[in-house]
Amino acid sequence: MSFLARHRIILPVVSLAVLLAATFYMQPRAMSYFGLNLLFNLAVPIALATIAQMMIIMVNDIDLSLGAFVSLVACVTATFLHDTPMLGLLILMALILAYAALGALIHTLDLPAIVVTLGMSFVWGGLALFILPSPGGASPDWLRSLMTVKPPFAPMAVVASIIIAVVTHLLIMRSGIGTVLRGVGGNARSVERAGWSVIRLKALAYGLAGLFGVLAGMALVGLTTAADANIALRYTLLSIAGVILGGGEFIGGKVSPTGAVIGALTLTLAASFLSFMRLSPDWQIGAQGAILILVLTARLIFRQKGAEA
Amino acid sequence: MTDHKSAPVVTLLDAAKHFGPVRALDGVSLAVKPGDCIGLVGHNGAGKSTLVNLINGGLSPSSGEIRFSDGTAALEAGVRSVFQELSLCPNLTVAENLRISHKALKGPGWRRPARVEILQSLDRIFPAHGIDPNAEVDTLSIAERQMVEIAIGFAPRGTAARLVILDEPTSSLDAGIADQLLAHIKRFCADGGAVVFISHMMGEVFEVANRIIVLKDGRIVAERATADFTRQGLVDAMGHVTAETADAEGIRQDLGPEIVRTDQGLSARKGEIVGLSGLAGHGQAAALARLYLSRSSSWRYGRTPDVAFVAGDRPRDGVLPLWSILRNISISALRQGARRGLVDRHAEADVAAQWKDRIGIRTDDVRNQILSLSGGNQQKVLFARALASPASVVIMDDPMRGVDVGTKQDVYAMIRAEAARGRTFLWYSTETEEVCQCDRVFVFRNHEISAELTGADITEENILAASFELQEAS
Amino acid sequence: MTVLTKPWIWSCVAAAVAYALILGLTSGRGAGELAYAALSFGAFAAIVGLGQMLVITLGPGNVDLSVPATMTLAATLALKAMGTDPGTAMLGLVIALFVGFGVGIANYALIYFLRLPPIIATLAASLVYQSLAIWSNRGLRIKPPSGLADFATGRFLGLPNVAWVGLFLAIVVWVVLERSVWGRWLLATGQNMRAARLAGVPVELVRALTYISVAVFSALTGYLLASFSGGAALNMGAEYLLMSIAVVVVGGSSIAGGNSNVPGVWGAALFMFLVVSMLNSYGAGAGVRNVLTGTIIIGIVIAASTRRVRA
Repeated sequence: MSFLARHRIILPVVSLAVLLAATFYMQPRAMSYFGLNLLFNLAVPIALATIAQMMIIMVNDIDLSLGAFVSLVACVTATFLHDTPMLGLLILMALILAYAALGALIHTLDLPAIVVTLGMSFVWGGLALFILPSPGGASPDWLRSLMTVKPPFAPMAVVASIIIAVVTHLLIMRSGIGTVLRGVGGNARSVERAGWSVIRLKALAYGLAGLFGVLAGMALVGLTTAADANIALRYTLLSIAGVILGGGEFIGGKVSPTGAVIGALTLTLAASFLSFMRLSPDWQIGAQGAILILVLTARLIFRQKGAEA
Repeated sequence: MTDHKSAPVVTLLDAAKHFGPVRALDGVSLAVKPGDCIGLVGHNGAGKSTLVNLINGGLSPSSGEIRFSDGTAALEAGVRSVFQELSLCPNLTVAENLRISHKALKGPGWRRPARVEILQSLDRIFPAHGIDPNAEVDTLSIAERQMVEIAIGFAPRGTAARLVILDEPTSSLDAGIADQLLAHIKRFCADGGAVVFISHMMGEVFEVANRIIVLKDGRIVAERATADFTRQGLVDAMGHVTAETADAEGIRQDLGPEIVRTDQGLSARKGEIVGLSGLAGHGQAAALARLYLSRSSSWRYGRTPDVAFVAGDRPRDGVLPLWSILRNISISALRQGARRGLVDRHAEADVAAQWKDRIGIRTDDVRNQILSLSGGNQQKVLFARALASPASVVIMDDPMRGVDVGTKQDVYAMIRAEAARGRTFLWYSTETEEVCQCDRVFVFRNHEISAELTGADITEENILAASFELQEAS
Repeated sequence: MTVLTKPWIWSCVAAAVAYALILGLTSGRGAGELAYAALSFGAFAAIVGLGQMLVITLGPGNVDLSVPATMTLAATLALKAMGTDPGTAMLGLVIALFVGFGVGIANYALIYFLRLPPIIATLAASLVYQSLAIWSNRGLRIKPPSGLADFATGRFLGLPNVAWVGLFLAIVVWVVLERSVWGRWLLATGQNMRAARLAGVPVELVRALTYISVAVFSALTGYLLASFSGGAALNMGAEYLLMSIAVVVVGGSSIAGGNSNVPGVWGAALFMFLVVSMLNSYGAGAGVRNVLTGTIIIGIVIAASTRRVRA
């Protein structure tokens, strides 16, 4: 086993550092409180969505409805949570429970998660349109001020990302239940044999995904102050890419919350970097796809090296 | 208190387990007391793993009774099992894997006690093991994983282990580490623990067990103190008494040139029936799969395939479950008679009908679903598939599972007839009497060929002797 | 075996019910126009659905998420090459099919060489295709040559030409799956890849050709759709991602692979269009429409899974 294979976190950290250095080199003025704030402005909701996706990938499934779900949460936040906070809160909690139920359903009936979540993306998207047929709504004031608070030393986006990374690291990597959840991804049979209910564990993983999806939608509204039904559709893709960039694997429960947050930051920065590069906006989406393929290729090479050693 | 200490950890009263018509375990009575170290031996299909699964609560008996001393469940009674197949979570660290089966570890700071507990257990069993409890399991070698699994089996985990079942625990350990394990088992039993020890290494069984139980055909055929057994006596007890397969055909001399040879030393000549034997899981199936894959391609195809495969693990390797019998038979022979890429459906139906009669598939219509057939008849379909293809080498991976005796005789005859016409058969079987039908036999042990037998040397006795390691486990 | 036990019958019955419900509302007015529209729009969903069905037949985890990007890229490049010049329709078709072929090879190369799960490979690759389409399009809206546009919107024997194309392809796919050696290999691979390999099926060749087929089908749909709607738009393929998977599932093909269902795809394509028309004519908004579509898909997946458990 090579050093790199043993420490999966190194590749994401190096990617982020290289990208950050390149950005500073291209645009030295970015190296400031204000500049960093600008660069990582939208990182918080993406990081939260990436964590949500990570919870699903952790138990060997994949969620193709996350973008639609975050959009729906944004719409609920900008309408119900703003106008009638209690009702809004209830709706958001019901959404989290719906996610948990979905996890239990997928496991019990052995359904293909791709198709179910694809179908759910219609449902979430439809509900979002129903709530907010045209862009609008408003962010609750407390949320707005929370997202735009200016902490000393480092901008909000950076501080929040660190907090998210620490909290989810404690939850998934350090706590006992997080360990068992990762065990479900690694070898569900042996977890079941040790006396755990895998259905409940899967429901928990999906429920956590729902929770972080809700947080992502709220954070997004706090930043944009308004919502629309398509506001976060690209998060499905970004979140999967973030998990993978952060060193996570699609199967086997090998995930890293810190890596996922770093992956989300890398993706956010990549967008800013590509615009600094004066790369035509035509190519920005493609460049993200290419980066994803490159990282996966790099990882394959490292893994093969590790297997040879 | 003294009563509790000497009461059996687990008692089986006439316990039986049936899978459909198959009697995997046919009335076994057994008591495991503290301090017992029971060596459990038996040939393939004798019922060892069924017995283990009854004791550890993985299966419940079809009839009879299983009683645990503490509580009703195996886990509560402190019964642990260490399986031959690896059952750790590869993405977790060593200490985290302990957490999976140790629910009492809770609250913040559970990692430190988990590390301490697994490290203590490892230190106790394998001094100087050098395993870091913070290492992820998939960075460990196979031997280290096996050591971790054993250590988790013996770790207290809140309740203290009272009976540990070890299924081939030394299969991937080197001799020095295996000795450490044997020493630990002795200490553990001396301190009032109980162990059920399954191994193909006779030396180990004799060294560690104070009682040996021989299983055959789902029954206990011998249960005595270790001192009352000799090694040869033990092998004889495992064997079939009626092993009189004096196949008076003699050695066939009319074999063609050698057409199969692998790096492992497996070889076969044209028209030869080559048997592979040894205990299940010692690399026979893997050797055959490798041979098949190396002689066929996932990309190219020709009109005549070089090799054909008869699967024994039907759901995994053989049956195409959504299809009819007809399509299952014809899949390997489609390229013959196909015109412009289209299947010749008349020829296909003829071939299927012909094989239905020749091999006696019990169905009124070959267009019925394959899953409507019994296991034995499904197996006949897989035979028909391989024999209907023009391949010159037929590889058979334990193909007689669930096949009744009459059919077996038919298939043997068919295999001999096909061999006489120049086809080569490589035949892995878990049943020794089948292997005794072959022209030449390779016996596997620990993924290597341990013996090559020909002609009159092909006897059940010789095969058993080569399957088990009779030497001292030094 | 009665006709009722065929899994494709249900999507056709559902389409007929939706059709009847709409006509009930309009008391029979516009029956012909509705059927014509359903056949026109259904044809596009049916063609991409046929391609997606082949991939899904390969078994769990196999799906092509680059369908929309492939459609857009093929349509954009074809229209650009034709440049509204008359007589270039064949050139455009060849370019579209060539794009599909290249995309299919690229997708499969990612799956095979990088050992990526097909979902991720096609997703990542689709971003690149999308960029290529954006770059080559540059916001221009090039009209298709008038002859081609007339063909795409025209009719023959009372049926839309695109529906004829869709029917023809459905028959081709059906013959390939039911009668050809390659179809048998595909179905065997989807049921159990290991067993198929051990039965002598060249499984990797089968998978490669399948991924190429789906991309070619998507490219053809993109070409036809752009000709039909008067030009390529960057979001023209967007709804066909979910649509292509939905028609396969609703059409009665098994998501677990190895079992495909050509007539069901057509039935489901008509059904999906008619459901939307029905909800529209009952005055439902886009939100309700989407929720119901999603619910129908999930409901059918659940129904299929319980049927599997009982069988």
